[in-house]
Amino acid sequence: MNEISILRSLLTIVGVSVAIGLNAVFVVWLERKVAGHMQYRLGPTEVGPKGLLQTVADGLKLVSKQIIFPSAADKPIFALAPIICLVPVFVAILPVPFSDTLQGHELDIGLLLVIALGLLNTLGILMAGWGSDNKYALLGASRAIAQICAYKIPLLLCILPVIMLSGSFSLRGIVNAQDPVWYAVYQPVAFFIYIIAITMETNRSPFDFAEAESELVAGFHTEYSGMAFSLFFLAEYSYMFLASAIASILFLGGWHGPFLPGVVWMLLKIYFFLCLMMWFRWTFPRVRVDQMLNFGWKILLPFSLLNFLITAGVMAIL
Amino acid sequence: MFDSQENSTYQLEPVEDNQFVLNLGPQHPGTHGVLRVILHMDGEYILTADPVLGYGHRMQEKIAENMPYTQILPYMARMDYLAALSFNQAWVCVVEKMCGYEVPRRAEYIRVLTTELNRISSHYLWFGAFLLDLGAFTPFLHAFADREMILDLLEEVTGSRLTYCYFRFGGVSSDVDDSFLQGVQDFVEHMRSHLKTYHELVTGNVIFQMRTKDVGVILPFDTWGYGLSGPVLRGSGEKYDVRISEPYSIYPELDFEIPVERDGDCLARYMVRMREVEESLNIIQQTLDKMPDGPVRSKVPKIIKPPAGEACMAVETPRGELMIHVVSDGTKVPYRVRYRVPSFGNLSVFSRLAKGQLLADALAVLGSLDLVIPEVDR
Repeated sequence: MNEISILRSLLTIVGVSVAIGLNAVFVVWLERKVAGHMQYRLGPTEVGPKGLLQTVADGLKLVSKQIIFPSAADKPIFALAPIICLVPVFVAILPVPFSDTLQGHELDIGLLLVIALGLLNTLGILMAGWGSDNKYALLGASRAIAQICAYKIPLLLCILPVIMLSGSFSLRGIVNAQDPVWYAVYQPVAFFIYIIAITMETNRSPFDFAEAESELVAGFHTEYSGMAFSLFFLAEYSYMFLASAIASILFLGGWHGPFLPGVVWMLLKIYFFLCLMMWFRWTFPRVRVDQMLNFGWKILLPFSLLNFLITAGVMAIL
Repeated sequence: MFDSQENSTYQLEPVEDNQFVLNLGPQHPGTHGVLRVILHMDGEYILTADPVLGYGHRMQEKIAENMPYTQILPYMARMDYLAALSFNQAWVCVVEKMCGYEVPRRAEYIRVLTTELNRISSHYLWFGAFLLDLGAFTPFLHAFADREMILDLLEEVTGSRLTYCYFRFGGVSSDVDDSFLQGVQDFVEHMRSHLKTYHELVTGNVIFQMRTKDVGVILPFDTWGYGLSGPVLRGSGEKYDVRISEPYSIYPELDFEIPVERDGDCLARYMVRMREVEESLNIIQQTLDKMPDGPVRSKVPKIIKPPAGEACMAVETPRGELMIHVVSDGTKVPYRVRYRVPSFGNLSVFSRLAKGQLLADALAVLGSLDLVIPEVDR
């Protein structure tokens, strides 16, 4: 490996980190604005133009606050949990192509990497719940574990038809295979189930019971304060961004689109999914844990399996 | 309610293997106030639930034994701060009953009008808080935006926004003007059309139905035994409302329905309250149409000394039946005052409903009972 490629990797990592951080700041602001306008409010207006710097101000406040370790906490696990939650996103965003030319690193198995790293989020939640020695946190973590079994299998079964159609594990290959027709057209069922599954994956309402505020105080991050808390917060929004990016690549043709440059199309599609998730959150009540598990196992799984089998059958005949 | 029997669970230890004790409250976002519930849990399932009361105990009954009758009136608003006017009404009515004071017609109309406005604002706050318990945030702010209009209207006539002290023995403290009546008329029209939004946003929602249907069912034969009243009772098919059963003020002259639902679950209690809002709008419309002219206060002595004896008065607050029992020994302070508050009875059924439920359901049930903790603790 020569100096150029090392420099390039370093630059990519720094660039991706900054981009994810700034983007999360913007998404938090957007969420608060969307919520505000849905609720007869304005959202943040004071700090910066249109309140754009409100999240920065909040972040600064959180950084300056003390991180409190509960006396009975398992300190290494407690301290590591938010990092385990956040860091995989930075790696997982690397193989995501934002346009024909803008991509961190092209990988043949990019999709596999993203799926595998996406699982680490739940590990972080489990560590947070176990390490904080708090009953609410533990209940939140156990809910997250129950949840991952229910959504991950349908999620994978929805991705499989896309892989079969495109014949590629590379995200770039999948995007290029969708020219001119998006897979959302071929695979409406998979698309629909995928949207539900990523809402579960990112712990968003109506499936936010790992942190269910009215039941578990703050769920798995009850005991976290200051920067440790804001890392969880950042992780949630970064996962939303990552999941939306993957959704646009798998089903909406990535950067393909007329007139506008590719990266603009990609961001438009990502923000479409983000706004969809915000819309869910500010409209629906929370479902119950057992209802969600029933929904995952009894509805999402059979339908995604059926969809997968039909796709395979049709492809074999053709 | 914890009992003193041997199997009492009012203790934190010991518990069996794989079980744990969860202290819900007194500071917890789901209990809406300083209610503490000791839960014995097996995973997410609740084995027993024991409410522990008294964190907001303010000795209201003892205070009343040391105060002249007029000075007790402001304390009424501190018990149920969401339905201050209903408590106002109960107190002035019971003293008027003892002393035999006349109340002018216009004052009675104003009392009913403002109390019903207060009932709507209380139900809206419950609506928002209940959906917050279910994890929906937006309905809360929609309800608060409409509640704000009521608070503005009531502020205009009573001078305060929450802990009203507006009624007086023999009338109300000040007359209402035309701009207030016009404001109420506008509000009624706005609300009639805007209630649809509530039903579209919440009532028809599949997740909401899943979370509330057949959850926390109160069977009809449990209702009287636990001392339930108000929407909690009417949600279980009992048609009991003090405004009809023991009519007071001008309610007999008004034409309104008592909403009753048969299922006894959280959804039924929700529907009862939402329909009560509509009925309250009807009542308000009728009082606006019939509002007579005349004085709003009759002549009563400055120092109130009821004759020796006792009196009882029940009114229907948004949460149920409030009864005040006063014993007088002929001096200017009461000998004994007793409040029978609705939330206390409604809370007592919670232990039974929570048993064997999931934590999430138990909090939905707790929300559907519409408790005001200072009222429970008094």
